[in-house]
Amino acid sequence: MNFLNSVIEKSRKSISSIGEIVMFGYQSMALTFATPYRYTEIMRHMEFVGNQSVGIITLTSIFTGLALSFQVYLGFKLVNAVNLVGPTVALGITRELGPVLTGLIVSARAGGAMAARLGTMRVNEQMDALDVMGVNTKQYLIAPRIVAAALCMPLLTALFDFMAMFGSWILCTKIVGLDQAVFFEKIRQTVEVHHINEGLFKSFVFGIMFAVICTYHGFNTTGGAKGVGEATNKGVVTSMVGIIIVDYFLMNIIRILYVTMGIVK
Amino acid sequence: MSEYSIELHDVKKSFDGGKDFVLKGIDLKIHRGSLTAIIGFSGTGKSVLLKHMLGLYRPTSGDVHVLGSDLSQMDDNELTQFRCKYGVLFQSAALFDDMTVLENVMFPLDEHRRQLSLEAKIQIAHKKLNMVGLEEKHYGKLPSQISGGMQKRTGLARALALDPEILIYDEPTTGLDPILTEMVDNLIVETHKLSGGATSVMVSHDLAAAFRIADFIVMLDAGKVLLSGTADDFFKSEIELVKRFVNKGMKHQ
Repeated sequence: MNFLNSVIEKSRKSISSIGEIVMFGYQSMALTFATPYRYTEIMRHMEFVGNQSVGIITLTSIFTGLALSFQVYLGFKLVNAVNLVGPTVALGITRELGPVLTGLIVSARAGGAMAARLGTMRVNEQMDALDVMGVNTKQYLIAPRIVAAALCMPLLTALFDFMAMFGSWILCTKIVGLDQAVFFEKIRQTVEVHHINEGLFKSFVFGIMFAVICTYHGFNTTGGAKGVGEATNKGVVTSMVGIIIVDYFLMNIIRILYVTMGIVK
Repeated sequence: MSEYSIELHDVKKSFDGGKDFVLKGIDLKIHRGSLTAIIGFSGTGKSVLLKHMLGLYRPTSGDVHVLGSDLSQMDDNELTQFRCKYGVLFQSAALFDDMTVLENVMFPLDEHRRQLSLEAKIQIAHKKLNMVGLEEKHYGKLPSQISGGMQKRTGLARALALDPEILIYDEPTTGLDPILTEMVDNLIVETHKLSGGATSVMVSHDLAAAFRIADFIVMLDAGKVLLSGTADDFFKSEIELVKRFVNKGMKHQ
C-alpha cells in the first residue's frame, strides 16, 4: 500500500512539474513579442547554441554516418541488398537519428550551460538585481534562449544530416567499395522532402523543449553551488529523457498528419 | 507630498498559507530623504521586509505604500516599471559577470533610457563611477578582475545610474574586513549626501555602523518592530532586548 501511495504521489508531482514547466515556457515565449524586443540577446544566444555547436555536431555526425552505414551494410550484405544501404541510412538519419542525436548533443552542451548560467545568476543575486532594476527576467533571460534554441536546432540538424550522409558516402564508396552512382541514385529515388521536413520539425520542437526545461531548472535554482549542480543535472537529464519519449509521439503525430494530408499512404 | 517615502501598515507575511507568520504586523514609516537602518538578529524578518519595500513580495495582509503608490494594488508590469525608482546595492554587489564595470553601470540606462545616445550613457556611467571613487583604469575590467571593494563601488554606481528616489542597501558590509566596512559605510554616507534628497534604507547586522551613519534606526524582533527612532532613543531605551543588542553591538566595535 505504501509503495502504491508513493507511486501515486510521485506521479502527481511529475504531472504537476510538467504543468509548471509548460506554463513557464508559455509565459516566457509570449514575452518574445513584448517590447523591448531582445534581438541582440537572441543573436548572442544563437551564436552560443548554434555556432559553438557546429564543431561537435560535425564530428559526431560523420562518425554516426560511418558506424550506421557499416552496420547496415553488414546486415544487407547477408540478403544481397547492399545497394539499399544509402537510402536506408538516409531515411534513418533524416527522420530519426539526425533530430534525436542533435537534440541530445545540443541539450547536453547548450542546455546544461543554460541551466548552470541561470542557476549561478539566481544564487549570486543577479536575477534579483534585474528584478529591482525593472527588467523582466523571463523576457530578458529566458525568451531569447528559447527562441535561439528553436531557430538553431533545425539548422544544426540539417548540418548533422548532411555530414552523416557524408560519412555514409565515405564508408559506402571509399571503404566497402559500393558504386557511387548507385548510392546517390537510390537515395534520390527514396528520400523525399517530407522525410527531411519531418526531422527538421522534430528538431524545432526538441529545441524549444530542452531550452524550456533547462531554463526552468536554472531559473528556479535554490541552495547555492549545490543547487546549481542539481539544477544543471535535472535540466540535462529531463531534456534527454524527454526528447527520446517525445520523439516517439511526434513520429506518430507526424505520420497521422502526413496520411491525413495525403502526403503518404 | 507626504513626509514619508515608505509606509507599511500592519503588514503580515506568511509563506505557508497562514500557519506561521514571518512578519506579524509591521507598522513603519520612513522619512523622505532620510537614511534609515533596519537592524535585528538573524531570522527576524529584515530581508523579507526589504523585499516588501521593493515589491518583490506581496504582503499576506496589510499594505505597502512607496512614494505615495500602493504596491499591493500594482500588477507585475506596473511593479516592473515602478522599480526604476529604486537603486539597490546587494550584499554580493550582484554584478553581471559577463559585462565590464562600465557595461554594468550602463545596463540600467540601456534598459530605461533608450532615447539617450551611447555617448550620453557612457558619460552618465563615467559620472556615477567617478562619484563612488572608482578610477577610470578599472572601467574596462570584468567584475572578477577587481577587488571586493571595487565591486561594491561598481554596484553602488549601477544603483545610482537612474538617479533613484529610493536607495536600498542590503547588508552592504556583511563579510567584509573592518577597513572595507568603514570604506563602504563612508561611501553610503557620501552617496546619501550627493543623491539629492533620495531616501536611503540600509539593512544591516552592523549595529555600530547603523548608529554612526543612520538618521533613524528600526529594530525588528520576531517579525515586529521592537523600536524605531534615533540612535539616542536606542541608547536610552529600557527594553531589555534593545539594551542587550546595543551593548553587544558596541562591544564588538
